[in-house]
Amino acid sequence: MTGPAPLLSVQDFRLEFDTFDGVYKAIDGIGFDLAPGESLGIVGETGCGKSVTAKSIMGLLPSPPARVRDGRILFGGEDLLRVGERRMRAIRGNEIAMIFQDPMTYLNPVFSIGTQLVDVILAHQRSRPRAERMTREQARDHAVEMLRRVHLPNPERQLDSYPHQLSGGMRQRVLIAMALSGRPRLLIADEPTTALDVTIQAQILDLIGELRRDLGLSVVMITHDLGVVASVCDRVVVMYAGQIVEDASVARLFDHPSHPYTRGLLAAVPHPGRPAASLSSISGSLPNLLDPPAGCRFHGRCPLAGDDCLRPPPISTIADGHRVACWRATEAVFPGEAVDAGA
Amino acid sequence: MLRFTLRRAVLMVFMLLGLLAITFTISHIAPSDPAALAAGPDADVAMIERYRVEYGLDRPLYEQFAIYLQRLLTGNWGKSIHTTRQVWDDLVTYFPNTFELVMFSILIAIVLGVPLGVIAAVHQNRPIDHTIRILTVSGVALPMFWLGLMAQLYFALHLGWFPLGGRIEMMTDPPEAITHLLLVDALLRGQFGVFAEGMHHIVLPAVALCFPALASIIRVNRAEMLETLNQDYIVNARAHGLSTFRIVAVYALKNAMLPTMAMIGLRFGWMLGGTVLVETVFDWPGIGLYAVQAAISSDFEPIMGATIVLGFFFMMTNLVIDLIYGILDPRVREQV
Amino acid sequence: MAIQSENLALAPPGFAERHAGTIRALRLYARTFARNGSAMLGLAIVLLFLTTAAIGPWIVPFPDDATGSIHLDIKLQPPDGVHWFGTDEVGNDVFTRVVLGTRVTLQIACIVTGVAMLIGVPLGMIAGFVGGWVQEAIMRVTDVFLSVPGLVLAIAIVGALGPGIVNAMLALSLVWWPGYVRLVQAKTLALKNEIYVQAARSMGASSLRIVFVHMLPNCTSPIIVKASMDMGMAILGAASLGFLGLGAQPPFPEWGAMISIARTYLPDWWWYSFFPGVAIAVTVLGFNLLGDGLRDVLDPKHRE
Repeated sequence: MTGPAPLLSVQDFRLEFDTFDGVYKAIDGIGFDLAPGESLGIVGETGCGKSVTAKSIMGLLPSPPARVRDGRILFGGEDLLRVGERRMRAIRGNEIAMIFQDPMTYLNPVFSIGTQLVDVILAHQRSRPRAERMTREQARDHAVEMLRRVHLPNPERQLDSYPHQLSGGMRQRVLIAMALSGRPRLLIADEPTTALDVTIQAQILDLIGELRRDLGLSVVMITHDLGVVASVCDRVVVMYAGQIVEDASVARLFDHPSHPYTRGLLAAVPHPGRPAASLSSISGSLPNLLDPPAGCRFHGRCPLAGDDCLRPPPISTIADGHRVACWRATEAVFPGEAVDAGA
Repeated sequence: MLRFTLRRAVLMVFMLLGLLAITFTISHIAPSDPAALAAGPDADVAMIERYRVEYGLDRPLYEQFAIYLQRLLTGNWGKSIHTTRQVWDDLVTYFPNTFELVMFSILIAIVLGVPLGVIAAVHQNRPIDHTIRILTVSGVALPMFWLGLMAQLYFALHLGWFPLGGRIEMMTDPPEAITHLLLVDALLRGQFGVFAEGMHHIVLPAVALCFPALASIIRVNRAEMLETLNQDYIVNARAHGLSTFRIVAVYALKNAMLPTMAMIGLRFGWMLGGTVLVETVFDWPGIGLYAVQAAISSDFEPIMGATIVLGFFFMMTNLVIDLIYGILDPRVREQV
Repeated sequence: MAIQSENLALAPPGFAERHAGTIRALRLYARTFARNGSAMLGLAIVLLFLTTAAIGPWIVPFPDDATGSIHLDIKLQPPDGVHWFGTDEVGNDVFTRVVLGTRVTLQIACIVTGVAMLIGVPLGMIAGFVGGWVQEAIMRVTDVFLSVPGLVLAIAIVGALGPGIVNAMLALSLVWWPGYVRLVQAKTLALKNEIYVQAARSMGASSLRIVFVHMLPNCTSPIIVKASMDMGMAILGAASLGFLGLGAQPPFPEWGAMISIARTYLPDWWWYSFFPGVAIAVTVLGFNLLGDGLRDVLDPKHRE
């Protein structure tokens, strides 16, 4: 990929979990880049490893039982997997921030949202030089400012309210305000709208888009909902069972899905006007990651699978900025396109 | 918050009435003639009859209850046979000693118990956790009176570090009463020698009394901390860079304290019961010892008086704990 | 719990088939329980306790000491090879007395817990099921009982009725039943809203049938756990009353009563107080561990 240096670069990342029943090979060598200002979607079904990837970037996985086997996560030149907890704590909130799926359970029920916001803001101050640190008063003002930014009505009054007194949409806005209060460069959103009503979903996505423009944020949007990807993301990475199977711009992915899994996903989405009888689904189920299949982990369910799929597929770049991990990438090529096999 | 308090206070008045109904009922199941009991062993028939009329014992039950309530409210709690004083006077004399012992004890249990529970949770499954857990499991099983006896045997008699019993030495005069609490009064009057002596005497009984409560509090707090530390909002706090200390000691602990407080309240009740045992072992001049001596000599009025006082004390404590719960947990304030 | 299906037209299936679900569940419980070290220890202690209570009088080294024989020549001897726990003030073997006390203790604990359950469980079910002012009345009375510290109330009752082992048991039962009312009422209330209860009701099942067939089996797990823990507490309660002289009276070999006498022989003849106390502690520990283990198995949300 040409262009400015990526803000975030995940390279050959391999992660395992030590469980009671064995070693769970959650992530098997993934890699992707995020350009500054870009919005990248990570899409996949439940259990494919997208949340684990996000938490690994933030260093939030408890270290037993999680174990990094290999790889680097480069952010602004630092390898987040090797910087140590102190540096990670300084990075969290100040440079990379995260919002989560269920706003009710992610806010502490016994503290007011003002207290929680101010605490977070004050925690950010520790990595600033002494002269620039905010006082508690200033932190409070900043909290009000952030709540205003996320369009929360009556921000001063809301500081004293408790999470259970707010609606789901409002809570998610509070979490967004919390995440952005440190002016991070990167926002990781882990299924931020899944737990919300459909109407509120749109509002929250709009808000994220607006803040992204105003603050120059880069966003990693994790979701299982292709609709979210279509509306908010510039580029998308498709994950399956801990592996990345396709990586392309959103337009490209929807027009020319190349990996059999991606094609299966898109085919399964109902369209208005399409008869219900023709809804397709991907047969089979996720492989057991305690003993994963060799090579491509999708080959058990893939209509195009062959014997060579037992070996790890090469990553072919079939168009500019469009990579696919599949032996049959050439077969998925549409007429009139050139092929460029080999990473 | 105010409405919450008022509601609880009103409820407490009803509970108190219920308590008095119970003590009233108990006094009427006694096989002996209540008038004879009240009049004492050397009363003659005429005196017994006088008591019968005065206590309204020939009237229907509900009238008797009304008379009973009236009697209590006017301070006539009966006469104690074995101390030959008015029960009310005895209770006033002995209650402060029990209060001091129990408060001191629960303080130890909380001050030691909560941090130890946190430590055990944070270092789950490591040696210190195992040690703490062994202590807590055995702590609940040890009989309080036996623990007290063994402590007396070893620390007082064998090692001589602590006195055998009693509130203070026989020769020492207690300080002039302000609050009637010996330790507090000694401090207020600047009599540090007396204070030290009082502390010296309170340690063993307080430790014996607090041991099961300490064990329970550690267990509950540990379990709640483990549960809380797995919650999503803790992940969120970490994701925003809060320090581990703040996350554990403030964010997690405040949530964990809620069920812990319930356990503290429950254990306080057991402690009030246990004070009977510990006071007997250590000759501590409190309500517990008073009640036991009365029970053994079938001296009736003091037992009832002690029961009412201890019951009321427990109710007040529960009220306080409810209020603290309301302060800590905003969700509770809005419930009925 | 497995819902048993009605077999409409065929011959009734055998016992094992009908209860296959329950048998499988029991096997799973047993396996989970067996994995838990401390629970197994608790079970071992409790079994030892029960065995000792059952065969005690036949295995003690000095059986006539049970019936009050006096050997003043060997009184107050320290523990040795013959008298493992030493002797008391009338020359009786303390070990024998402690072993015999097992039976007394078991009787007291069982009766107290049993009576408390007998009163508390039905009241709790009625309160939870019927609701309304009946529930209010029962729960208020329960609350008042629970507002008095247990041992204090027991002393008051014994004080009114007179010291003795029967009165002590009565007193302790009266102190314990409110706990069961609360537990069962909460559980019944929760179950009332379960789908299968509403389904049964809509099919015309009578209230009595609902209570006994559908609700009671689902209450048994928390009741069993509580009963197991309560055995330990009942033993402590009985021993406490015995120690104060208000329960079992000497020369009854009840552990608490023994300690109250032994107290006057401290510190020189310490073994007399020491061993009965250890017996109490170990037995209570056993029941507590067992109760914890049962709770871990039957109520998995409660894992530590």
